[in-house]
Amino acid sequence: MIWSKEETLPREEIEALQLSRLQETVHRVYEKVPAYRKKMEDAGVRPEDIQSLSDLAKLPFVTKQDMRDTYPFGLFAVEKDKLVRIHASSGTTGKPTVVGYTQGDLDTWTECVSRIACMGGASAKDVAQICFGYGMFTGALGLHYGLENIGAAIVPSSTGNSQKQIMYMQDFETSLLVATPSYALRLAEVAGEMGVDPEKDLKVKIALVGSELLTDAMREEMHKYWGKDLLITSNYGMSELMGPGVSGECLEHCGMHINEDYFIPEIIDPKTGEVLPAGEQGELVITCIKKEGLPLIRYRTKDITRLFYEPCKCGRTLCRMENLSGRSDDMLKIRGVNVFPSQIEEVILSVEELGPHYEIILEREGYLDKLTVKVELAHSTDSFSVLEKIAKEVKDKLKVILGLDARVLLESPNTLQRFEGKAKRVKDLRNLSH
Amino acid sequence: MFAKQLTVFIENRAGRLSEVLSVLKENKVNILSMSLADTTEYGLLRLIVDNATLGKEKLIENGFSSLLSDVSIIKIAHTAGSLQTLLKVIDKGGVNIEYMYGLSIESEDAYVVLKASDSEKIDEILNANGVKTLSCEDLAHI
Ligand SMILES: [Zn+2]
Repeated sequence: MIWSKEETLPREEIEALQLSRLQETVHRVYEKVPAYRKKMEDAGVRPEDIQSLSDLAKLPFVTKQDMRDTYPFGLFAVEKDKLVRIHASSGTTGKPTVVGYTQGDLDTWTECVSRIACMGGASAKDVAQICFGYGMFTGALGLHYGLENIGAAIVPSSTGNSQKQIMYMQDFETSLLVATPSYALRLAEVAGEMGVDPEKDLKVKIALVGSELLTDAMREEMHKYWGKDLLITSNYGMSELMGPGVSGECLEHCGMHINEDYFIPEIIDPKTGEVLPAGEQGELVITCIKKEGLPLIRYRTKDITRLFYEPCKCGRTLCRMENLSGRSDDMLKIRGVNVFPSQIEEVILSVEELGPHYEIILEREGYLDKLTVKVELAHSTDSFSVLEKIAKEVKDKLKVILGLDARVLLESPNTLQRFEGKAKRVKDLRNLSH
Repeated sequence: MFAKQLTVFIENRAGRLSEVLSVLKENKVNILSMSLADTTEYGLLRLIVDNATLGKEKLIENGFSSLLSDVSIIKIAHTAGSLQTLLKVIDKGGVNIEYMYGLSIESEDAYVVLKASDSEKIDEILNANGVKTLSCEDLAHI
């Protein structure tokens, strides 16, 4: 089902709507946000200069650092008393980034997530169990209100207590699961330990996954545990922009539709900042054109993707962004080679005898980086040659894909750490200050 | 006749072996013989116990990768050359021995635990040559 008619507007109408909303937003932040006015003055651009969508490229970028520099409310475009909700992202270093919502912003958010839920196959009939951590993070509450808005029954079970999660799924006949891909796998594992087969004994038909990359290999792994008929779609967003709801995958599985009447996407060359044509890969930059509280303009997401504007078989005309293959923040530099953890994950998931959990350890030996990958055995064996073959297969595949030698450590089942939220599988023990 | 060997995968980490042993102890699984073969990173602990099925179940419950495999436990006389005679018989039958280790029970005879490439075939060879082997029931009553 398509939730809103705006999802199917002809391209000229989407663009006309985008331009008028962009012009309004740029005027507003110029008037109300001193930090923006300063940035625009420094770049020598005035609100009147925005006459077409391509003029967007004249505006300066906003980065996460700008948000930290103006902590907590420096980039807000409304008085604090107009805010009805404040969220924050946990900063690993220093202050978090703060985001605020007016009532209008919450309505926008709910609308955007409702669309994404419908894209993933959700309907009013669903019982939706939200296994995202509730709290300062935007993930859980975003999905919560969006799904409630379409009429689904919400089970706000949050993360943790996995056995109880499985009990709710059985007793409430949960049909829709919201979780990170790694927590969805963990839940299947716990179900198995309880003697519950997720495919046969549970009624989960839809999984809306987010907050973590969903690689094709991970999708396959989820089907292995939850059944081949499970409808798995990924959705995308970040708290700075709103939370989940910026874009979501439809059941055609050809990328994530961006809610273009609320967000204008651009792809830039991350080094030069130059805008790239449609279809080319680069960093995603998003401009919020209907936000009241925190309307970020040309926000650099650090996510690497491509944009496609051809209409989709699902009937939506909203453009699509390719599912992410990596976040530039997650990229590791190992012996000078750029490595996305998702590349290592793909190798591990391709080896039949291994489970889906793993750990990547980086150490420094002298002047050399040392890469160790810990994996879990899924099947038992009495034979060294089988164990050697498994370790060698992982090693060889890593060598081909990354060009790096890795040490592969086999571990017993259930010994590596499990995660309920965003999995933290990389342990970087190198002291990079030297 | 086959007996069941309990095999456990263990990482080469301090305390890992003793974790296996304590699971078996808690469940009153008695170890009759063991062999540990390892590389620098991991090892396979092979055990002959009085109740292999229970041992495997409890080890898996405790997060170990464990399985049962068919082995022949063969009685040999405590005399020079008796092992070699046995191996000659097996050789002639065209079966490869993957590994073997000893098992001593308080009796006059010695036993060897033997894992062959083809456990059906080795059973035939041993039977045809009148070699006595122990079964799981025998192990349970030692
Ligand atoms: Zn579509």
